[in-house]
Amino acid sequence: MPRLLLFIPLALFGVLILFLWKGLSIDPRELPSALIDKPFPAFKVEALLQPERQLTTADLIGKPILVNVWATWCPSCRQEHNQLLRIAQENKIAIIGLNYKDNRQAATQWLTELGNPYQFNIYDESGMLGLDLGVYGAPETYLLDAQGIVRFRHVGVVTEQTWQELQAIMQSWGANKNV
Amino acid sequence: MFRFLLLLMLFSLNSAYAAIDTYEFKDADKQARFHDLVADLRCPKCQNQNLADSNAAIAQDLRQKIYEMLDAERSNSEIIDYMVARYGDFVLYEPRFNSQNAILWLGPFVLLIAGLLVVIFLVRQRSKKNTSEDSSMALDAQQQKSLQKVLNKDKK
Repeated sequence: MPRLLLFIPLALFGVLILFLWKGLSIDPRELPSALIDKPFPAFKVEALLQPERQLTTADLIGKPILVNVWATWCPSCRQEHNQLLRIAQENKIAIIGLNYKDNRQAATQWLTELGNPYQFNIYDESGMLGLDLGVYGAPETYLLDAQGIVRFRHVGVVTEQTWQELQAIMQSWGANKNV
Repeated sequence: MFRFLLLLMLFSLNSAYAAIDTYEFKDADKQARFHDLVADLRCPKCQNQNLADSNAAIAQDLRQKIYEMLDAERSNSEIIDYMVARYGDFVLYEPRFNSQNAILWLGPFVLLIAGLLVVIFLVRQRSKKNTSEDSSMALDAQQQKSLQKVLNKDKK
């Protein structure tokens, strides 16, 4: 028995290594969203392309959607744009744009030039809806379920891998009908 | 050259404070609370800067929001709750005790107590061993006799 006790430091060292190893693959810039499993914040904001149209939370409810926070001043948004177009083409989920602290003219031009993957865009010029949502930098992508509850947030560029992850989450809902 | 450096330092100081000093407060109390809040809240975009230090767009927005909330007579705790509701515990430089970080708060005390228990256990065991060794060291009558014999032999 005392001989076994001699291995305790080694075991503790092993545990330490395990934690440090895990720490290597954690990105400290990626914050967990405070809104997970909470409803999307209430808002009443103009649409980007139709300024006369007032969008509210009701426009986000009914089926699962992706809400993509983007702006023309954000280089990573340009980087993910093609992936968003591909997702839109697959037609498995609707993408709603949240145009964050941007210029309407520049944003409209961006969509004409690069293509428009969004069903509609919320024009959050002041960034106050973004603040309510806990946005700390574009691009961010939120996955909402049919009740408008935030289920997942991705910070940074949406890649093919992110899209696979999102699909896996949506498939887990399919299996579990009460969402 | 020295003068030039001095001048440069002076200007760099000014630009560092410029971000904060654009707000006008109704009273000194609000101003003091504003400075406390922006010093204690962390910028979500930055890894280790408070709102006062950061020039990130989000930090500017949050400073503006804090200013507006102070203007609307909100209390410090209301403002902090507002920020935590949106950005999570990450924004707090003075973390709150909750179930997720309980291990960090309590862990050191648990380890301390565990360490003390181990020390007490070891000390007890050692002293028990020592006393038992003492009794085994004591010679019985037979041994005493042979020892005496050896000693006497030396004397001769």
